[in-house]
Amino acid sequence: MTAWQRFLDTFFKPEMIAQYWPSIAQGVLVTVEIAAAVVVTGLALGLLLAAVRAYRLALCNVLIVIFVDVFRSLPPLVAILLIYFGLPSVGISLPSFVVLWGVLSLVLAAFAEEIFWAGITSTPKGQWEAARSTGLGFSETLLFVVMPQAIRLGIPPLTNRTIAITKNTALGTVIGVGEILNQATAAQSFSGNATPLMLGAIAYIVLFVPVVAAGRWIETRFAWRRA
Amino acid sequence: MHEIGQQFLNLDIMLQVGPLLLRGLATTLYLCALVIPLGLAGGLLVALLLLARSRLAQWLVIALVDLFRAAPPLVLLILIYSGLPFAGIRLSPTAAVCLAFFLNTSSYYGEIYRAGIESIGRGQWEAARSTGLNGWETLGFVVLPQAVRNVLPDLVSNTVEVVKLTSIASVVSFPELLYSADMARSLTFNSSPVVLAAIIYLVFLWPLVRLISRLERKVATH
Repeated sequence: MTAWQRFLDTFFKPEMIAQYWPSIAQGVLVTVEIAAAVVVTGLALGLLLAAVRAYRLALCNVLIVIFVDVFRSLPPLVAILLIYFGLPSVGISLPSFVVLWGVLSLVLAAFAEEIFWAGITSTPKGQWEAARSTGLGFSETLLFVVMPQAIRLGIPPLTNRTIAITKNTALGTVIGVGEILNQATAAQSFSGNATPLMLGAIAYIVLFVPVVAAGRWIETRFAWRRA
Repeated sequence: MHEIGQQFLNLDIMLQVGPLLLRGLATTLYLCALVIPLGLAGGLLVALLLLARSRLAQWLVIALVDLFRAAPPLVLLILIYSGLPFAGIRLSPTAAVCLAFFLNTSSYYGEIYRAGIESIGRGQWEAARSTGLNGWETLGFVVLPQAVRNVLPDLVSNTVEVVKLTSIASVVSFPELLYSADMARSLTFNSSPVVLAAIIYLVFLWPLVRLISRLERKVATH
């Protein structure tokens, strides 16, 4: 057996590919579902918190800032382990995918809030005054004048952050969420062959390279220009 | 309420596992001292290759950067740690972690340096060259200092991400802070050690996160 054949046999064995691609595909489905759910809930919560913060209610804002800072400072894996292994002992038992989805949503919300809030504060005072003087109330000004601009300004910095956080779905493997990495490592230890691991890595690359490339495009498309 | 306190904020247990967690913290700091300079240097290399006039080199580097930004760091780490031995390459946990982090963080730092270098106008290069500096001197004394200043918030923010990322080394049994805390959790059947680890991470990273917010505002008003 030549070295090349041995390499193929270790990392790309056809029988292994045939046997394990369905479970990797299953993992892809789980990864995509959780990632999509995290993007929706995380961004929505971040936007909501930024909007609430604009009302400048003292106690509310202190709580928002603490939440944001904590989830920006804490490694997501720490929060995942804490909630997954901690809550059952006080009688709350959450399925692992809910823990993963919840923690990553909170992390994304924290970063999104900060970015949207920067957009809100960077809107010139004159815009607020002009909108208010046309008869719009505070909430209407926020909703129809300030937020649309804040969202647009936030798109480039948010894109990369969102991609990085959706990639963290791989952390779910630690608590047994059946996503790509989990399927791949399980199959690897069953088969004693590195092929499933390679399949998993390829699945991630196929899934995320287009997203990273799209992110690159979005970044330049929306960069620094302001109407 | 009492039950929650016993489970998450048990001071006796926290004191008991304190020394173990401090050893974990020391290992985390040691790991940071390895991977952050490696990433910063690798990132600079990436940015310089992107400046190279060879189209081929540029495309190759962009492809690699996108590849390593597309792969979740944990996947990269597990691939290196438990995949490479199948090819007869057996790395120590430290070497595996360093290699995975190098590939991942160089890509991110590289993109940040690139954005910084692109923010410096052509006129700066031309003016510096016309005073008699050569290309490398221009880069080192004129362009990079300004570029780094412009992207300082991003550099600091990425560094915070790298520090947070060191927690994934626990998955390959590297005895850093989270690994120690999780081991203490399974020994004591109590979550307080993990809470203590979370507090330690916060003590170190919260000031940096505040600093990032301040730096971002400063660059924005510059």
